[in-house]
Amino acid sequence: MITITGKTIAEKIFSAHSGTDARAGDIVIADVDFVMGQDGTSPLAIRALENMGVDSVFDPSKVAVVMDHSSPSPIEGVSALHTMMREFGKKTGVTVYDIGEGVCHQIIPERGHVVPGDLMVGCDSHTCTYGAVNVFSTGVGSTDGAAAMAAGKLWFKVPDTMKVTYTGALNPGVFSKDLILYLAGKIGVDGATYMALEFHGPVIDALSVEARMTISNMAIEVGAKSGLMVADEKTIEWFKGRGEKTPDPQSPDADAVYADSIEIDASQIGPQIAKPHAVDNVSPIEEVEGTPIAQGVLGTCTNGRLEDFAIAAQILEGRKVHPDVRFIVAPSSRQVYLDAIEAGYIQTLTRAGAAVVTPGCGPCVGTHNGVPSDGENVISTANRNFKGRMGNSNAFIYLGSPATVAASVIEAKITDPRKYFE
Amino acid sequence: MEFQAKAFKYGDDINTDYIISGKHKFKSADMEAMAVHAMEDLDSEYYNKVKPNGGFLVAGKNFGMGSSREQAPLVLIHSNTKAIIAKSFARIFFRNAINTGLPVIECDTDLIDDGDELFVDLESGVVRDLTKDIEIPFPPLPPVMAQLLADGGLVEHFKKHGGFSI
Repeated sequence: MITITGKTIAEKIFSAHSGTDARAGDIVIADVDFVMGQDGTSPLAIRALENMGVDSVFDPSKVAVVMDHSSPSPIEGVSALHTMMREFGKKTGVTVYDIGEGVCHQIIPERGHVVPGDLMVGCDSHTCTYGAVNVFSTGVGSTDGAAAMAAGKLWFKVPDTMKVTYTGALNPGVFSKDLILYLAGKIGVDGATYMALEFHGPVIDALSVEARMTISNMAIEVGAKSGLMVADEKTIEWFKGRGEKTPDPQSPDADAVYADSIEIDASQIGPQIAKPHAVDNVSPIEEVEGTPIAQGVLGTCTNGRLEDFAIAAQILEGRKVHPDVRFIVAPSSRQVYLDAIEAGYIQTLTRAGAAVVTPGCGPCVGTHNGVPSDGENVISTANRNFKGRMGNSNAFIYLGSPATVAASVIEAKITDPRKYFE
Repeated sequence: MEFQAKAFKYGDDINTDYIISGKHKFKSADMEAMAVHAMEDLDSEYYNKVKPNGGFLVAGKNFGMGSSREQAPLVLIHSNTKAIIAKSFARIFFRNAINTGLPVIECDTDLIDDGDELFVDLESGVVRDLTKDIEIPFPPLPPVMAQLLADGGLVEHFKKHGGFSI
């Protein structure tokens, strides 16, 4: 007897894009709806295209290159690579997002380059961010990116899926960042390698689209290929006015087969901290409270959105950043920057003592905008705390929510933000 | 493809930031120059140890986790690393290694020590530890990846076939 079972979100999106009955484990060649590269990866993709003998892309309206990791250029080597990207844009007609536009992972969904049900690849591991809006998006290397730019398709292994359900409700002062850090601590940095994650449950339903992106953004930190969520009314609403493309949302079937399932009661979770030098080295904040910090970072593709600025501004309104702390703030896009000015958040943070830098990746990747000194501790809203990540292998990076970072920069030590939400 | 060289052994969860730090990788597309920084946050002598006579980078689980930077396999190739031998690999690195022509071998590495002399024949599916006189079997690559590696990487595959032919 043949039993035909239902499909996961990943299996549905791969079926629709490969013209096959795609099941976990299958190798498929699938059409991609969009291809993206950033300034650390596009130059190698451009060179790979040259080496392939390809001088155009499959569809210039479906390709973008973004200058966000070292932007504006801090050094002549980067300037040359940025020039290479601009010239590639002129030659092929692909969209070029130059300095000041923001982080690729904010721009791509914000400008409607992808919509629910799409399949896309990006030459950046945090491309998994758009899983939050029901896009199967995954990070690839520059050569895979080049092949996708040339052919409009790429080969994939259809992944197994791990279902993560958050039950209960978030407590005051606890945010989506804490949910994903908790998961990383629970399953480890290779807990979902080669798998897609699907996030479900009332806690996810209650989150804003922005807060959901924080969770999907960090799917790669547990090794996952994608961090998918269903598109609900909030998702569809979020895409209104963001372009011409029609969403084709994909939901899992009730009898979809999952390789693994985890249920987490969010009511039991407080603020979480990932300690140096691993993202799964996670503790409840109580265990690290009081650790001195010299620098705080608000921003990045994980937590640089308007809602994150609202939370930080709420805490810092009428307060001051501690004189022993540098507080670096990077909006994730020009639009977020403008909206944060409009809402008064930038003024509040600047009055409190923040240094606001160009929309983009900020100091996350260690190229500019605030490299820590030897022996210093940093508290950051970013997604990685590897040794040397911020440009100094003798510094120590702690990861937390925007509320935790804002509370901590006031006192120059890791501080539980819940006292501001009582 | 056959190689004989020394093993240089590291631990679990080696991320691509450790293989090539962001502070270097954004500056240039010259991999030969950048290769001197390969693995430097974990072992500042890696390049000097491996470059003269070649070597195998041996590691534990989840090698190449994190960033998608293709500079990671490229600087290892340019530092004269012949292959990566690890218990398991992170997904993006695994693809990037095959695409750029760096052999990746998944097998139990517990018995291999730093400094052991290894002989690897990719076709035979065995790592021979000549120092310890043991053989460690490894599974073949998935057919699609074996084909890409045999063609010399994805760029060469595209040139040869005018697109995907898998």
